[in-house]
Amino acid sequence: MVLELTAEQQAIVNGSRGAGAAMAIRIVAATARLMGAPSLIPIASAHIDGALYHGDSGTLFAEKLVEGGAKVAVRATLNVGSLDLTGCSRNRLEPRERGMARRMMDAYRTLGCEPTWTCAPYQAGHRPALGSDVAWGESNAVVFCNSVLGARTNRYGDFLDIACAIAGYAPYYGFHRPENRRATIVFDVSDLDAGFLASEVAWPILGSLFGREVGDSVGVVTGIHHHPGDDGLKAFGAASASAGSVGLFHVAGVTPEALDLATALHHQAPETTIKVTSDMIRDSRHRLSTAADAASIHAVAIGSPHLSNAEFDRLEALIAGRPLTVPLYACTGRHALATLESSGQRRTLEKSGVIVVVDTCVVVTPILPEIDNAVLMTNSGKFAHYAPGNTGYGVIYGSMAECVESAVAGRPVFGAAA
Amino acid sequence: MTQLQTEILVHGQPADAEALVLTAPISFWGGVNPKTGLIADVRHPQHGIAVTGKVLCLPGTIGSSSAAAVLLELVYAGLAPAAIILHEPDAILLLGLIVAQEMGHETPMALRLDRQAFANLSNHKLAIDGAGIVNVQ
Repeated sequence: MVLELTAEQQAIVNGSRGAGAAMAIRIVAATARLMGAPSLIPIASAHIDGALYHGDSGTLFAEKLVEGGAKVAVRATLNVGSLDLTGCSRNRLEPRERGMARRMMDAYRTLGCEPTWTCAPYQAGHRPALGSDVAWGESNAVVFCNSVLGARTNRYGDFLDIACAIAGYAPYYGFHRPENRRATIVFDVSDLDAGFLASEVAWPILGSLFGREVGDSVGVVTGIHHHPGDDGLKAFGAASASAGSVGLFHVAGVTPEALDLATALHHQAPETTIKVTSDMIRDSRHRLSTAADAASIHAVAIGSPHLSNAEFDRLEALIAGRPLTVPLYACTGRHALATLESSGQRRTLEKSGVIVVVDTCVVVTPILPEIDNAVLMTNSGKFAHYAPGNTGYGVIYGSMAECVESAVAGRPVFGAAA
Repeated sequence: MTQLQTEILVHGQPADAEALVLTAPISFWGGVNPKTGLIADVRHPQHGIAVTGKVLCLPGTIGSSSAAAVLLELVYAGLAPAAIILHEPDAILLLGLIVAQEMGHETPMALRLDRQAFANLSNHKLAIDGAGIVNVQ
C-alpha cells in the first residue's frame, strides 16, 4: 500500500508549519507506511503519554520539537509525569534526573498540551464524541476511549501521540476503520456467581483474564446483568491492556457499540467463544499476586488508573478515621484533588496515614521506600502487573476493603466485606 | 548455513550477533530495564537476560504504550538489541527506532519473520545484511 498525502499534508512535510511540525508529520507518515495505512486522517484530540521520564532521550526529543517551533493542532491532555508538581508526595529521583524530568514536563507544556497529568483523562473532562477519530496514548486511556466512549483510536505509543497532535493527523488503519471494531471473540461470564460479578474485584480480575485470553483481538463480554459503572470499566480496561494488548473491548448491553451481542459481532458469527469458569477466575486472581504467602506488608497502593472522587469517598468510608500501620498511597490527578481539598477529605485521609500522590503514580517513579523483600498490596490489576518489575516490591492482590484492613493491621487481611 | 529472507520494517545497521528468542510476549515498559538492558519482568521466562547486542526475536509484544520510549532510551544509551525480529509490525515499539533515526542515532534494523521460524534461530549466531537477508550460522 502506498501512502498518499494530501497537498496540505505534503506542505507540512515541506516545512510550511516549521521544522518541528515537519518532523512530527514525518514520524506520522513513517508509521503509516510501516502499518500499511493508505492515508492520514484528521483527528479531533490527543492524549499524550510521552512526558514520563525514562531517560534523557525522551526529554531531548520533546525539546527538539520545541526548538522547531512545534505546537499542538488539536486539544491534547497529558498523561502522568515523573514528578508530583502539586507537592502532595515526594519521590527519590536523583537531582539530575529530577531536573531532566522537569525539563520534559515543561517541554510538553510549551508544545501546548494541557497539564492534566493523569492516566484517567476521561474522568478529567476529556471525553471525545462517539465515532470521532482521536490519537490517544496510555494503554488504559486508549482502551477506555475506544470501548466506553466509542471514539476511535489506535494504541498510540510514546512519540506518535505528540507527533499526531502536532500534525493534526493520524495514520488511517486499525481501530480508525469501522470494520476492525467488530468483536471476534465472545467472553461469556454468565456461569459465574452473581455475587462475584457484582463485587469490586470482579472487574480487575476479569480484565486480567480477558487480556491474557484475547491478546490484541476485539472481544465482547456477555452475561453481565449489573452495569459496572465508569470505575468498573476503567479497572477492567486497565487490567486487560496490561495483561494483553487489548485496545478495544465491548460489553453487551453496556458499551456504546454493543447495544446487544449481535451488534458487537457486526451480525457475524464469532471466531471463538470463551465460557469463563470459576476455576479460571481463581487462577486469574492467583496470578495477580507474586507474594501471596507473605506474613506482613510494607505498603498499600491504589489508584491505577487514577482514583475518581467516588473511589476516594469509598476509601474514606472504609478507613473510617482509623490510623494505618503501613502507608497507603492513593494515586490521582489534579481533577480529583480540587474536590479532595475543598471537602477537607485530603486532610482526613492524611491524618490516618494515607499519602495522596498527584500528577504521577508509584509504579512510574520511585516513590515507595527502598526495602529489601518488600511487599505491596493493591486492588489494581495494573499495579499488580507492573509493581514487581518497576518497584521491586512483591505484590498481593485484594479488594479495596481488604487493602484498607491490611493497611490498618500491617499484614494481609482477607475476606473484609466490600 | 541457512539463509532466510525477511521483510525490512525499519531500515538500520547490519548485524552480526547471537539470537535471543523470547518464548513469551513482552512489554518493553516494565519488561526491559532501560538502564541495564536486562529483562526485568519477573513473570517472563527470560527474566534477567540482557537484550543488549542480541538479535531479539519477539513472538509478540504486550502492554504499555511506553515501549517506544524504552527502546529509544536503549538506543541512546548504547544498550539496544543488535536487531529486532518481529512476527508482525508493532507501531508502538518500532516508533522507538523511527524517532531514534530522527534524533540522528545509528539504529538497529527491525525485520518481519513468521514466528514459526524462530525456533531455528535460537542459540545461533545471525548475520543480517542491509537487505534483510539473515544468515544462520
